[in-house]
Amino acid sequence: MGSRSSHAARIPDVDSIRRETGFSQASLLRLYHRFRALDWNEKGYLSRVDLQQIGALAVNPLGDRIIDSFFPDGSLHLDFPGFVRVLARFRPVDDEDNGNRDPKEPEPLNSRMNKLRFAFQLYDLDRDGKISRQEMLQVLRLMVGVQVTEEQLESIADRTVQEADEDGDGAVSFLEFAKSLEKMNIEQKMSIRILK
Amino acid sequence: MQPLLTACEVQGAWSDSAGPQWATLRMERGAKEKNHQLYKPYTNGIIAKDPTSLEEEIKEIRRSGSSKALDNTLEFELSDIFYFCRKGVETIMDDEVTKRFSAEELESWNLLSRTNYNFQYISLRLTVLWGLGVLIRYCFLLPLRIALAFTGISLLVVGTTVVGYLPNGRFKEFLSKHVHLMCYRICVRALTAIITYHDRKNRPRNGGICVANHTSPIDVIILASDGYYAMVGQVHGGLMGVIQRAMVKACPHVWFERSEVKDRHLVAKRLTEHVQDKSKLPILIFPEGTCINNTSVMMFKKGSFEIGATVYPVAIKYDPQFGDAFWNSSKYGMVTYLLRMMTSWAIVCSVWYLPPMTREAEEDAVQFANRVKSAIARQGGLVDLLWDGGLKREKVKDTFKEEQQKLYSKMIVGNHEDRSRS
Repeated sequence: MGSRSSHAARIPDVDSIRRETGFSQASLLRLYHRFRALDWNEKGYLSRVDLQQIGALAVNPLGDRIIDSFFPDGSLHLDFPGFVRVLARFRPVDDEDNGNRDPKEPEPLNSRMNKLRFAFQLYDLDRDGKISRQEMLQVLRLMVGVQVTEEQLESIADRTVQEADEDGDGAVSFLEFAKSLEKMNIEQKMSIRILK
Repeated sequence: MQPLLTACEVQGAWSDSAGPQWATLRMERGAKEKNHQLYKPYTNGIIAKDPTSLEEEIKEIRRSGSSKALDNTLEFELSDIFYFCRKGVETIMDDEVTKRFSAEELESWNLLSRTNYNFQYISLRLTVLWGLGVLIRYCFLLPLRIALAFTGISLLVVGTTVVGYLPNGRFKEFLSKHVHLMCYRICVRALTAIITYHDRKNRPRNGGICVANHTSPIDVIILASDGYYAMVGQVHGGLMGVIQRAMVKACPHVWFERSEVKDRHLVAKRLTEHVQDKSKLPILIFPEGTCINNTSVMMFKKGSFEIGATVYPVAIKYDPQFGDAFWNSSKYGMVTYLLRMMTSWAIVCSVWYLPPMTREAEEDAVQFANRVKSAIARQGGLVDLLWDGGLKREKVKDTFKEEQQKLYSKMIVGNHEDRSRS
């Protein structure tokens, strides 16, 4: 039978994860439970298939792209620290993060820039730091499926790249991407609040 | 059976005096003394969600990001991706389906180690009590229950075989009904199932189909100890197979070979034949097709709703406080599961017989199935989900993804057409 005790001490390296991600102990415990629920055959790590089995994710047009962002550099296994590191980007920004921050420390994972970077990576398929017109087309195609013709999609992609591209290289770099979205309330739109 | 009945009453009295709440309060106090965080299960989901539609959300995102005047020429924006991105990550953190396949988390501990999430905050007093509980459950209740189960099953096999030798007729039917009923009642006692039946006037009649939500194989015993049913199922090997073969000698149950199960027309044909014969007992079917953890009802397979018979819906809700009845078939085999059942305090459940429903003229089978499902969910206080319980084994259909894509395309292309015309 075994006790399904999930006290924080069971989570390996819980203190360093807490420092890195900024999650509270309670939130980490919830996410650990979630990790173990997704890892239904108790391997200790998650594979792509485990995430693909989430029905609501499979019907999301960008579902596969989101799963890719959990498996950087072609890795096949996702352990708990890696899982939480990605989810940490969606932690809501609270004032104490910005107030007491030591400028020498690395940027917190849930900063505005890091949230933007996450979204940027969904567009930038080959991870070269630029969204080319071709990559824009591919992502657009994922979002609309078969509902839109190739010409319409191409004109949309052209227009979007043109509007955002400032240095005229035909692609959207991360800074151009961030600039075009500077008025957007990213902190709110890309935040998920974990209930206590 | 006398000792078991008194044991039940004792358990009932103990629970009324807030026993489980007491155990949890002790733990909370212990945790506070040590200044630790206590893990509290949150039954409604772990993240805060906004129930807005795709269109509203994307418009919101665009409005907050652009300083341009908001006119109708809204096309694709770079920021649209935020919607899909966040929705996707939300489902990774918490989705409606995955949590239905693990046992329901309890608000207060019931002194069973299997439902405990905070093992180390247990004081000495609580441990002693738990130890006492283990002693009672394993050394006193378990042997009694096993003896009863043995009696029940052997009586069922022997009784139905004997009745099978009789010539067909009223007497045989009468005997078979009562043999079945008696054995199911013994099995119910063997599990110490405390069942409350509501609205017994709506009980299923001959020529109808009884549908219920499925939490465990025990559902069958619970329903069959209060009425006469014909069972439907796949032929198993081993002990189950012996029981099945014996039962079908006494009265006509519908057993399918493994190969026949895939053939939907054959299944439908046999069920229809059974239902049309008014002398045969009502069929008992669990249209979800798999065991769910009794917090929700998932998609009903439409097969049984196409036959055109009267449907008698039944809602079964277990009280998890005394013992969790959910069968997690990926984790436990049948024997382990039964042992766990027999070493819980008791199985407490409520059964509601809902008024019969028939398919209306303009409804198709799927709509009818959903209507029945909503009625059952409402009565049992369960969450009504559209997802297919079979999702845990198969991938979801692409049609759902296309729905999302269609919605989104309308937003960006519908307006594009306006532009190209001007």
